[in-house]
Amino acid sequence: MKTFLILGGGTGGTMVANKMSHHLDPAEWKIIVVDENENHYYQPGLLFIPFGIYSPADVVKPKRDFYPQNVEFVLSKIEMIEPDQNRVKLEKGKRMITYDTLVIATGSRIAPDETPGLLENGWHKNIFDFYTIEGATALSRFLKFWKGGQLVLNVAEMPIKCPVAPLEFLFLADWFFHERGIRDDVEIIFATPLPGAFTKPRASSILGDMLETKNIKIEADFNIMEVDNTQKAIRSYDEREIPFDLLVSVPTNMGSEVIERSCMGDELSFVPTDIHTLRAKKWENVWVIGDAGNTPTSKAGSVAHFMLDVVVENILRQMEGLEPSAKFDGHANCFIESGFDKGILIDFNYDVEPLPGKYPLPGFGPFSLLKESAVNHWGKMTFRWVYWNMLLKGEEMPFESQMSMAGKWK
Amino acid sequence: MTNTILENVEFDNEGFMIDPNAWTKEIAIELAKEEGIDDLTDNHWKIIDFCRQGATDTGGAPTLRSITKGTEVSTKELFQLYPKGPAKKVARISGLGKPEGCV
Repeated sequence: MKTFLILGGGTGGTMVANKMSHHLDPAEWKIIVVDENENHYYQPGLLFIPFGIYSPADVVKPKRDFYPQNVEFVLSKIEMIEPDQNRVKLEKGKRMITYDTLVIATGSRIAPDETPGLLENGWHKNIFDFYTIEGATALSRFLKFWKGGQLVLNVAEMPIKCPVAPLEFLFLADWFFHERGIRDDVEIIFATPLPGAFTKPRASSILGDMLETKNIKIEADFNIMEVDNTQKAIRSYDEREIPFDLLVSVPTNMGSEVIERSCMGDELSFVPTDIHTLRAKKWENVWVIGDAGNTPTSKAGSVAHFMLDVVVENILRQMEGLEPSAKFDGHANCFIESGFDKGILIDFNYDVEPLPGKYPLPGFGPFSLLKESAVNHWGKMTFRWVYWNMLLKGEEMPFESQMSMAGKWK
Repeated sequence: MTNTILENVEFDNEGFMIDPNAWTKEIAIELAKEEGIDDLTDNHWKIIDFCRQGATDTGGAPTLRSITKGTEVSTKELFQLYPKGPAKKVARISGLGKPEGCV
């Protein structure tokens, strides 16, 4: 009996488990998923919690509900991965699993301890993250009765999970304070290490203009050195200081601690991965899906979804003794919620930056690219259903894994 | 001012060298001047060397964090050597592409 081991049962791991269970003969293969957390969070939904659009119950379901019957789910911390020995040590029962094929889907996490002062006295009191259920919920309680002041949103360091999320937060904050009737009492500042609103030029300029229209000030090239909650200010390495009343932080993102313990990661504990085949660079029978790897693409569920078919095909090829095919193109597709029931869609890959135009989608679209529309907002809100009911199960979706130029304006 | 060293060097529209293999130390000295660094000290070179080395392994310019981790130069010091945006400045002076921060 051979073992197909998946570490991490979130978006990527669940999709791989579902797909592989159709392909592998249960008489020959055993599929095991290991994860230390019982809950599956719909992570795009965390963004809506601070503004009371979603409650925590809207974004959580038991992980077990999404695995097929022939998959063994083990709820345990992973102590160590030993890829040279093809085995993994678990904390629970000190179990040792020897694998034939390993998929790493351990994701990324926020590491607020990387920024001096961030975790001190203000954490979840007047300093919040919104990348965890705890942070998003605490922030929602704070915002409910906040009378206004200076709101600073800071991105500590790139790369981060879903690089558009900070922009969505800003747009939604602008909308939320309008609705509450206190927009004039709130100054919104976006302090980012990037040279502008976004990484790629066309999107950066269009999104930058939107920030300006909404009277959100941008402090670019801001590399945070420390948080000083006594003086209520953040400081950068080049000695700029921004005062705040409310600090919303997107802390440094890092890969799982088990990757670091097992010496499998780069300086941010992301696993070095071939950007086109999605195989771990150092180990032939180790594959990486989603944001656990260091591929220079958005760390987002849509990307994990576009990786899925390539990973599965390459694993099946390997099982037949064939070389992997280098098909992954870095495709990402993100709805950007822009407030006032509108949204923007961007679609891009390693080589093509987000462009304006139309995104054709039979039966649903077209969606406007790089432009606000109500249909895009509707697409974003519907996506939660699609995520739970189709995407995680690895069902056929009406999008191609590889990006298409159809509808895009050059 | 005539700048014969940079005359035949090709740059992309953001000012990064198109062909990292065409890079020389003389080019680095000129590019540093354009970035407002008149004198490249040993400490400057230590970082440039690290970036050139790292780039041959991975193909992209290293991020701020990989520079500080790889050279044991602190971020604070890095900002003193290359004021404002060190990662971007070093990438440009080292003849590499824009650092792959994200996306």
